[in-house]
Amino acid sequence: MKRRKFLKLAGISAAVAGGVPSFLLREVKARSYTPPPGALTARRWGMAIDMKKCWEHPECNDCIKACHAAHNVPEIPEKKKEIKWIWKDEFEHVFPEQPNEFNNIVFEHKPFILLCNHCKHPPCVRVCPTKATFKREDGIVMMDFHRCIGCRFCMAACPFGARSFNWVDPRPYIQEFNPEFPTRMKGVVEKCLFCYERLEKGQLPACVEACKHKALIFGDLEDENSEISRILKERFSIRRKAELGTEPSIFYLIG
Amino acid sequence: MYNSNKVIPGIIIFVLIVTFPIWLNHGKAVSAPKPILPEGRCVESKEFMRANHMQLLKEWRVLAIREGMRIYTSSDGSRFWIGLQNGCMKCHHNKQQFCDKCHDFASVKPYCWNCHIPPETKEFGTAKATRLLKLFRIPVDLREGAKPKHGEHGGHGEIDKGGEH
Ligand code: SF4
Ligand code: SF4
Repeated sequence: MKRRKFLKLAGISAAVAGGVPSFLLREVKARSYTPPPGALTARRWGMAIDMKKCWEHPECNDCIKACHAAHNVPEIPEKKKEIKWIWKDEFEHVFPEQPNEFNNIVFEHKPFILLCNHCKHPPCVRVCPTKATFKREDGIVMMDFHRCIGCRFCMAACPFGARSFNWVDPRPYIQEFNPEFPTRMKGVVEKCLFCYERLEKGQLPACVEACKHKALIFGDLEDENSEISRILKERFSIRRKAELGTEPSIFYLIG
Repeated sequence: MYNSNKVIPGIIIFVLIVTFPIWLNHGKAVSAPKPILPEGRCVESKEFMRANHMQLLKEWRVLAIREGMRIYTSSDGSRFWIGLQNGCMKCHHNKQQFCDKCHDFASVKPYCWNCHIPPETKEFGTAKATRLLKLFRIPVDLREGAKPKHGEHGGHGEIDKGGEH
């Protein structure tokens, strides 16, 4: 074979070999991903909880029920193994650093609504070895359950007890499930995720929607004109363990 | 050869035993699994999905959960909501008739369904009385009266005297 002919052949085969696969793979190249169009977005999501309104209805647990139903949170009777995303606890436990020798009567044993604070500087995120817990740009401290290895570092790191560990398969303890949300499995940690799956569809968090007394105000803390920013400017609020510097995004309106 | 009267039959027996599975299944054609497919086109072509669905699902999972990318634009420009329960299974109504057909055949056990709920699930089974449950003294018969009805149960709403754990 002459040199010229050989080079020609080599050129043609290279073109064929290089050209055909890219043609076949065109399907792959055109694929793309975008965020959902109608989603609610913010620079930093936060929540203000109007405890004064909440205390007017001590029997009401609508937010808790709505959240736990929406997210397939099991009801495990054993207290030590329970799973909770949003729950109630009394003042003395929620704000242990605020002793007031003579004037504790106002808040004595008053229940507070508790959930993950979606801290600005979340210690749980810093310790997670797999990045299963991570911070989204909109301030939500998110969990990728697929990645959680159940090491529970995050539970040790969170100063608010916002996280629960699945000691047993949670499924038998779920009475009615939401088919649009997964359950968790044994060996995984879980917590409130600020209803990212609802925000994505343009809906407010389940607890906010469920509160018929409008005690939960959800919105963008970094948007001056949002309802939550306005309320926080006008009313007295406290945050849990602010001295730890995690900068909680949950505010309790008590004045 | 020394002891050839023992060695040769020994070798023959050995070969027979080793190739036993081949003999046993000889002539028995195992039919390919036939998953039940819904009408129409999936997010990509059948061939692409058959070969690459696992990579695509993993990519979806990462991008949807970690980057907030919920919408997938496929090669032919159609747009889809990313999700297993809220995406795939809205057309593939039955895990047993679809996923399981090939996965059982190929003996692969993806753990998607440890958490995700297949569309045919109507309720979850009761807890098995495992050693672990006994160890933690978690009652098993939650369904038969042992458990208060949803809503009456004070567990989550009750003030936790023990403080947070
Ligand atoms: S409250 Fe706990 S779990 Fe939530 S972001 Fe803060 S440290 Fe993490
Ligand atoms: S238990 Fe899961 S989420 Fe928590 S630190 Fe370990 S891997 Fe991360």
